[in-house]
Amino acid sequence: MTVIERATGPELQPSAPALGPPLIVVRDLTKIYRVGEQDLVALDHVSLEIAEGDFVAIMGPSGSGKSTMMNLIGALDVPTSGQLLLDGRDIGKLNVDELADLRNRSLGFVFQQFNLLPRTSALSQVMLPLLYAHPRPENSEEMAKRRLEQVGLANRMDHTPRQLSGGQQQRVAIARALVNNPKILLADEPTGALDSRTSEEIMQVFTELNREGITIVVVTHEPEIALWAGRRITFRDGHIVDDVRQTPYTGGAAP
Amino acid sequence: MTIWDSILIAVRALRINLLRSVLTTLGIVIGVASVIILVAVGTGASSEVDKQIKALGTNMLVVFPGSMRVMGRQGGAGTDIPLSETDVAGIRDKVSGVVAVAGQIEDSGPVVRGNANWTSSLSGVHAEYATVRDWPIVAGRDIEPADVRSGAKVAVIGATVAKEVFPGENPVGASIRLKNVPFEVVGVLAPKGQSVMGRDQDDIVLLPITTARLRVSGKSQVQNDRVGRIYVKVAEGSDMAEVQEDIENLLRQRRKMRAGAEDSFSVRNLAETMKARSEVLTTLSYLLAATSVISLIVGGIGIMNIMLVSVTERTREIGLRMAVGGRRRDIMLQFLVEAVALCLLGGLIGIAIGVSASAVIAFVANWPVLVSPAVLGGALAAAAATGICFGLFPARRAALLNPIDALRSE
Repeated sequence: MTVIERATGPELQPSAPALGPPLIVVRDLTKIYRVGEQDLVALDHVSLEIAEGDFVAIMGPSGSGKSTMMNLIGALDVPTSGQLLLDGRDIGKLNVDELADLRNRSLGFVFQQFNLLPRTSALSQVMLPLLYAHPRPENSEEMAKRRLEQVGLANRMDHTPRQLSGGQQQRVAIARALVNNPKILLADEPTGALDSRTSEEIMQVFTELNREGITIVVVTHEPEIALWAGRRITFRDGHIVDDVRQTPYTGGAAP
Repeated sequence: MTIWDSILIAVRALRINLLRSVLTTLGIVIGVASVIILVAVGTGASSEVDKQIKALGTNMLVVFPGSMRVMGRQGGAGTDIPLSETDVAGIRDKVSGVVAVAGQIEDSGPVVRGNANWTSSLSGVHAEYATVRDWPIVAGRDIEPADVRSGAKVAVIGATVAKEVFPGENPVGASIRLKNVPFEVVGVLAPKGQSVMGRDQDDIVLLPITTARLRVSGKSQVQNDRVGRIYVKVAEGSDMAEVQEDIENLLRQRRKMRAGAEDSFSVRNLAETMKARSEVLTTLSYLLAATSVISLIVGGIGIMNIMLVSVTERTREIGLRMAVGGRRRDIMLQFLVEAVALCLLGGLIGIAIGVSASAVIAFVANWPVLVSPAVLGGALAAAAATGICFGLFPARRAALLNPIDALRSE
């Protein structure tokens, strides 16, 4: 299953099929955190492009800069220097409200700990991002229901997190991430809290979503999870040390 | 996000921690309830005092016999030189600004009619008495000068006596016995209600003062033209203080009192006395209202405390809301609305308690209690303002959280 094509540099391989124009453009990006008296360089002049429709796994040990990369791609943080264009917008030039709107419109987040609201029905969870949309869609409930059906939870819409298994909770979180029709789905260790069988189910959901055209970026430290992606980028000490294309694994019965 | 969304989120959050929410609002509950009770009782009391001032008769002075000075040797009112018919005539004829004067002597005894037997106050009065007291006659007629002159055996009865002795009947023209003397009821007084001291002023029978001296009270050994007290009605627009001084001077003259000697009588403006009392009452209720403001502040600090706890507990939720596109003002609004909703919840509970307690006080103490919509609205507004003031700091703290740290918090 592993036909690995080694990339020649940090640039995107033009050979990748069915990929659109670059959706995420990172140019000479540096992020420095001030920890006490010391400056900690989390990302050191990183350049990178991710095309629309790609399925990318970002790997690396803790402290490698992958989480920082994730926060920046997620428009949760702004770079110290360099540029990060998300869907054509330079996040370094946006204020906090514009960043919030960008996250709302263009990004969907999936977290390791699901981050569902306690004692809240699945349907309400999924409708949450629409609450902050400008303008508010009129058919919020239908949009949310459609996404829940898409992740296979049509008959669990009024269940609260406590009434759902871990895998089901993560599906609710995925539906929530998708409800606003974002271009990018960002997943931070999405299977970290799940057993291997459920992990495979969740990754299968990602694969299907990617086939429908959504760009997916998964941050993980598990190699098995990275196998599902079409491209694998490895960070270490704030640099990209490896960037390869691969034939994605698609589950037990690989085509 | 609209205010309505924030309200829905707030209500849901408060319902999840229902017990905590209710306990947190206790300070507000107590504050609002006490404001309502105090204002209700306070305004009820001053409206009662106003009513009593009206019941006393406007522009009225009362002359009491005996020195009112506590330091005097005499035991009190009535033990010194009594007032007399001459005093009544003197005030009527010699003091300018006086419209009408009526003396009164009081006694008590049973009012008997057939099987009915009701002990009441029996008051001998002059003809202008009802006029001076602003006390209308609802049936029949007043005691007239001719009755007083001739010592007629006629009586005008108060509303309570009419109700007790003549239940469901017209008393006018009927006969009653007072101290075994038959009297004809010629009139019925309008109900006047309780006096300041809580006495039923309608439990009274008025007779001509001459008849009372002769037939009811028995002859005085000392002075047979004795008058218990004198009511003086002053003309509208006259200076009450001036008339009061004139009366005092007249009585001092008539008693040949030396300058500087203590008066053996007192002239009082009851309405003034009661107004002063009502002012004290108002001041007192303001003072107590200030206490409830303190309670609101303490309650507000409680709200702030619990909101800070809530922000800390829900840091991840805040992070998530920010990640999916919640702006700072959305987060701020959410927690501010939650604090205000908490306070309004407390306000509503406080209103419920305050209104019921006021009703209980009104019932038990037989004291008029007024709950006005303005006070309820004001109490709710005060509660909401408390929510805004004390919710601002926790809401700001929530809104200024960094989404990355918030998402990562445990």
